[in-house]
Amino acid sequence: MTIDVPRIITSRFDRDDSFTLSGYEATGGYQALRKALASSPQAVADEVKTASLLGRGGAGFPAGVKWGLAPENVWPRYLVVNGDESEPGTYKDRMLMELDPHQLIEGVLLACYGIGCGQAFLYVRGEMPLAQERIAQALNDAYAAGYVGKNILGTNFSVDVILSWGAGAYIVGEETALIESLEGNRGMPRLKPPFFPAAKGLYMQPTIVNNVETLSNLPWIINNGGEAFAALGAETSRGTRMFAVSGHVKNPGVFEVEYGVSTFRDLIFKPEYAGGILGDRELKAFIPGGASAPWFFEEHLNLPLEKVTVDRAGSMLGSGAIVVMDETTDAVKSCLRIVRFFARESCGKCTPCREGTTWLEQILQRIYDGYGRPTDLDLLMDVSDNISPGISWPPKQTTICPLGPSAVSPIASAMKRFRPEFEARIAFAEQNRSSVPVDFPKAASHA
Amino acid sequence: MPESEAPPIDGVSVEINGHEVIARKGELLIDAAERAGTYIPRFCYHERMKPVGMCRMCLVEVDTGRGPALQPSCMIECTPGMKVDTESEITKKAQDGVLEFLLVNHPLDCPVCDKGGECPLQDQTMAFGPGESRFVEEKRHKEKPIPISDLVLLDRERCILCDRCTRFAKEVAGDPLIHFINRGNDTEINTFPDEPFSSYFSGNTVQICPVGALTASSYRFKARPWDLDTTESTCQMCSVGCRISIDSSRDEVQRFAGVDIDPVNWGWLCDKGRFSSEAVNADGRLSEPLLREGDSLIPARWSDAIRRVSDALAKASSPQAIGIIGGARLTNEDNYAWAKLAKGVLGTDNVDAQLGDGLPAEVVLGLPAATIDEVCAPGGTVLLLAPDVKEELPVLFLRLRHAAVSDRVTLIEISPRTTGITSLAKASVQPRPGEVGELVRALVARSNTDRDIAGIAAEEINAIRALLSAANGPLKVVLGRASVAESADAVVDAAAAVIEARPDTRFLPVLRRANVRGALDMGMAPGVLPGRVALEDAREWYESRWAKVPASRGLDTEGILRAAADGRIDVLVLLGADPLSDFPDQDLAARALTGARTVVSIDTILNASSRRADVVLAAAGFAEKAGTTTNVEGRVNTVSQRVTPPGTARADWMLATEIASRLGVEFGFSSPQDILDEIGSITPAYLGLSIEALAASPDGIVLPLDLPVDELVDEIIEEIIKDVAAEIETETGEPVDEFIDVLAMTDDDGFVAGSTPRLVSFVADAPLPVPPLDSYAFRLIATRKLYDQGTIVQSATSLAPLAPGTSLLVNPWDLDRLGVAESGRVTVRSSRSSLTLSVTSDPGVPRGAAALVVSQADVRVGELIDVGDPVTEIRIETA
Amino acid sequence: MARLTAENVELATEIIGHFPRPKSALIPLLHLAQEQDGHLTDDAMVHIADLVDVTPAEVLGTASFYEMFKMEPVGRYMVNICTNISCQLRGGEELLEHAENTLGIRPGQTTADGLFTIEDVECIAACTEAPCLQVNYRYFHKITNNEFDELISELRSGARSDIPAHGTLAQVRQHIPADRQAGSVVPENTEVPVWLSVSEDGNA
Repeated sequence: MTIDVPRIITSRFDRDDSFTLSGYEATGGYQALRKALASSPQAVADEVKTASLLGRGGAGFPAGVKWGLAPENVWPRYLVVNGDESEPGTYKDRMLMELDPHQLIEGVLLACYGIGCGQAFLYVRGEMPLAQERIAQALNDAYAAGYVGKNILGTNFSVDVILSWGAGAYIVGEETALIESLEGNRGMPRLKPPFFPAAKGLYMQPTIVNNVETLSNLPWIINNGGEAFAALGAETSRGTRMFAVSGHVKNPGVFEVEYGVSTFRDLIFKPEYAGGILGDRELKAFIPGGASAPWFFEEHLNLPLEKVTVDRAGSMLGSGAIVVMDETTDAVKSCLRIVRFFARESCGKCTPCREGTTWLEQILQRIYDGYGRPTDLDLLMDVSDNISPGISWPPKQTTICPLGPSAVSPIASAMKRFRPEFEARIAFAEQNRSSVPVDFPKAASHA
Repeated sequence: MPESEAPPIDGVSVEINGHEVIARKGELLIDAAERAGTYIPRFCYHERMKPVGMCRMCLVEVDTGRGPALQPSCMIECTPGMKVDTESEITKKAQDGVLEFLLVNHPLDCPVCDKGGECPLQDQTMAFGPGESRFVEEKRHKEKPIPISDLVLLDRERCILCDRCTRFAKEVAGDPLIHFINRGNDTEINTFPDEPFSSYFSGNTVQICPVGALTASSYRFKARPWDLDTTESTCQMCSVGCRISIDSSRDEVQRFAGVDIDPVNWGWLCDKGRFSSEAVNADGRLSEPLLREGDSLIPARWSDAIRRVSDALAKASSPQAIGIIGGARLTNEDNYAWAKLAKGVLGTDNVDAQLGDGLPAEVVLGLPAATIDEVCAPGGTVLLLAPDVKEELPVLFLRLRHAAVSDRVTLIEISPRTTGITSLAKASVQPRPGEVGELVRALVARSNTDRDIAGIAAEEINAIRALLSAANGPLKVVLGRASVAESADAVVDAAAAVIEARPDTRFLPVLRRANVRGALDMGMAPGVLPGRVALEDAREWYESRWAKVPASRGLDTEGILRAAADGRIDVLVLLGADPLSDFPDQDLAARALTGARTVVSIDTILNASSRRADVVLAAAGFAEKAGTTTNVEGRVNTVSQRVTPPGTARADWMLATEIASRLGVEFGFSSPQDILDEIGSITPAYLGLSIEALAASPDGIVLPLDLPVDELVDEIIEEIIKDVAAEIETETGEPVDEFIDVLAMTDDDGFVAGSTPRLVSFVADAPLPVPPLDSYAFRLIATRKLYDQGTIVQSATSLAPLAPGTSLLVNPWDLDRLGVAESGRVTVRSSRSSLTLSVTSDPGVPRGAAALVVSQADVRVGELIDVGDPVTEIRIETA
Repeated sequence: MARLTAENVELATEIIGHFPRPKSALIPLLHLAQEQDGHLTDDAMVHIADLVDVTPAEVLGTASFYEMFKMEPVGRYMVNICTNISCQLRGGEELLEHAENTLGIRPGQTTADGLFTIEDVECIAACTEAPCLQVNYRYFHKITNNEFDELISELRSGARSDIPAHGTLAQVRQHIPADRQAGSVVPENTEVPVWLSVSEDGNA
């Protein structure tokens, strides 16, 4: 892995003992906590606000502002850490949890101190036992050392940090679904409003849900000051950020770069990063921010890795996941694969998503398998429109959460740019098929 | 429920489709729109449950200042200035899209679906849906239908996953036994394997299912909605008075469904009430009178049977030699006619609608009353001195549950054993049988106690005392007879203690059977006369209106049975009563039936007692006659006729009228309305009641009215009379002034406020002393279950098998002490008799007591009980 | 075994104690049951329902939402091969096909010897290491067909003691020493946190 400077959250990744308490303490660990406890909770919150730290989970909401959304004088408040990394293409939180768990725990403590959270819950994805193990060990060591629990470092700051974990459901990465899961329920999102977690979250109490990467920034911010953090990056995207570049690149990897400065072209082509397209083939498309994001193409390569610019260009940086597709990529197949993902991961709560994403998958599968009909492309777009009216960006939705509209992103992208590939499959099907296959139900039976 | 009414004062102004609508503060958009006449389609939203916003059918375009956006109107509260468009292109497209998505996997089997014809999905599709499906893939297939309980079947293909049934189960019934299972497109509703949806309220899910996914085993394939005739009525399976609709086709009752009225059932029914529809058409319904010839009952002509009864009554040696038991099955009109016959013609006061298992009439009628709404008012404190309401008055349980769970009502339970509501109570204690009065006295005392009472530790008593002292506003007490193995004295004593310490306390007396309250109101108890008045107070009033009035207070059921057993009763009339099954002391009941010279049973189905009668008169049953009924609150509402009675069975009031006529007194009643008119004009608590007032009050009317002629009723009557007059005028072209005069006359003559006798008030007698504790004996607790061996449950084929039976329930500590193994056989011995049965350990039974369920197969609990004893002491031995 | 063992009940009690509401422990407890039996038995779910005071239907409702929970027995080794977009682009589907041919089973099936179950899974957060797979959720990055075969034979021969049987996740658990525990904060506890109310100038 190649890393540019400064390294804020990945600074210990090269050390063999990065995940141990001794390793952490030897590299400045828990100094931010000591510093914070010597100042007021408000000072911690102010520092984070000054840093203009954007949430790193996907939506990119400013963390300091989010903290301020908790209604005054309503107690208790909770902190929930979203470690349910599962957006296709995304690989960073797992690293942070496996390689530097104490950094995350220190971030959690700083947040609890600043926000006034009575208890914190660290929700790790179920499929990540190593991360669970490292965090469990780190918590046990931190409790024993007096960093977590009752009267932290001899002060009156007391908070339990509870490790919990999921059991396989992408949707639980959505913050209200995560809260449901943490309450022992099916991870089905709640409608916002009225259930904004900051006001009505865990057990209907004010709850701040922050991503692992977001919180991992806090020790550095407190140690170095919010202004130092804000001095890095671009106007609207401060600090550094981790990006995973995967797919058809020579050197897939996870890179911490200054936020908003480098471009997609830098990250995909520069030798210190992904090093260019595999086999020096042509770029066909790339996903700039996880499977939910609309695809980008050649013309977007020079855009900086900066939130506002990318939003305006019609997609998002999302979870920092760049997936590169070269010229050999089958657009129909990639589109089908991503749609299938969302269909499989729909929680089933909202009708349009439950029924619509599966229907979209079925139509695409049919087209891919050679049973497409000329009317299917309009149908595909109209069903998409009924999930995400207008098929615009940012998406409108007939659903509670953005999962349903996310299934529309790849279809809209692929159909916009590669419609001839869909048409070609349908034309081929029309020419090579004399009748409808027997296992294919006739429309007449549903009249 | 959304209903049209004057706009609220502190309302919120919103714009719906260009028109200003004033919504209530916090009102959901979907409700505000409906009140304003704009119905937004929905599947998951149900006004009696929390919105979940998941079917997405009610999406409409809402602009709160940031431009229009699609929002689920069931989740959005109206905010000032909100602009809503329920008809925009975008709204329509979204709704059409949702409908298409719902149909993607919905089987098109409407022609064979029970819901077809009354299905919201079908209706929506017919009205707005596309003519043709664009979905060419295979639909989801699942095994169907699968039984999820003894009463309900599930078709998972039809299910649209609206969360109504599951929300009902968890949120309303508190029985989350059905749940969403699996995820996404594989989501389905199901139970845990081998753990059925055995909720007392399961039938409600069938009613609220917006498609035909949930069907009732009793109604499957029986009728089509368009063939059904429907009438509203009031359920008579217990005394809560749930409003229902009766559906019939071809003169046969097909089903009951809940009707939503605010003060009572909110649309819900218990399964016993809902599926008792099957009992109307039961095999064995009596369709003609029967006369005893030797050992058999032989069909007879009505004239012969009636003559036999009137002759026996005429020949009775004295009025005191006549006893009449029963009345709960009857309407108010039936009861009034029978009370008038008994007290006003025959002159006997030996009349009792209760079977020794309730509370004295003076207690029920005389305590300051609270309605269900008052008991459940948010933030209040309720003392439960009552039977297990979940078992006996299930929909009252639902209301109390809602009060405790959602409306911050503090429930404090004092019960012989733990109940279905115990887990919802802030405190629940189980005193030793017979000692509840003393316990309650300590709970409402001015200071803490330093000693244990009735087996309850002093600290616990003081903790509850603190809760009661902290109550906001007047205390509410739900009062009833929790165990028939102890006398009513203890609970009456408890009520007396409460009212003495806290005179502003209000009571909801909970007697169990159907119209038992109406029967008491109509004078079907010793010492009272119709209209909640005492015999002595109202003697003069009734002497001027009836042929006669009993000379002195008569006997209650226990007294009548004792007199009969001693040979002092010539005619014993059982009005839908079965003392042999239901009177707590079965030995006494049996001796009474033997001792009475002539036993007349008036019933719908033969029961243990009527099989021993000399004359059996076939009575019209529920849904076969019209009239009014009075629920636990004293709320009067209508019961309606939907079908004709079997054969020549007659309404009870007709029999009373006919018998009176044979005895030379003409009541002049030719319809229930004639009787209601008389009730409304002469019985004190019911003054002002009329068919018009009832017609104008779908929620029923709580009596007595605040004024002799309540302004409201007055207005209603005036309106109705004006309408009728106007109608007649348009038809005949002549002015009709007389009607208006009638109203004026009623004002003058109908309601004579000054001279009306005062209503009964509560006076407690000193309770019988309870014998000292015997450490070898156990005190018996005898409670009821919803499903039992009662006639109607056993006549409803779906319900009959649900009666659970009983074993002897003993505290594990005692079981240990006795050295008896769980499920072991024991012999229970009382002063009366002995029973052998199996024993079950139950920590909900207090130490030193043992519990049995009455009216279950094979175990005749009543054989153990001597009603003369304040408590029933038993000994338990290994069998 | 079906209900939780006495030892696991003790663990379950400790886990429940970490949360303000018992039901929050439901998913961790289901993992505990799956660790015990390899899959979720009905008896275990009934037992857990009892421990967290909900109905078995509610337990099943939660359990069946999450794909890691298996209601039927699976192989000792659950081989999860990612075919999502990043892996698809780098041969994930071909790897899955190879696995199917090698083991003679389709996704969701278990080999006759009860050793292996394969699943084609969604993204497991190793996108830069495609194609990737997990065996009982232990990661294997950039796997070739040969490496796959080697891994399978190692598992068959019992040479991979570092991979516990299906159901076991983290082998270190969080234990909070009683004297260090701050205590669960129940939603009913409406007090202002002491470090906010006491001092405006820090607590050191």
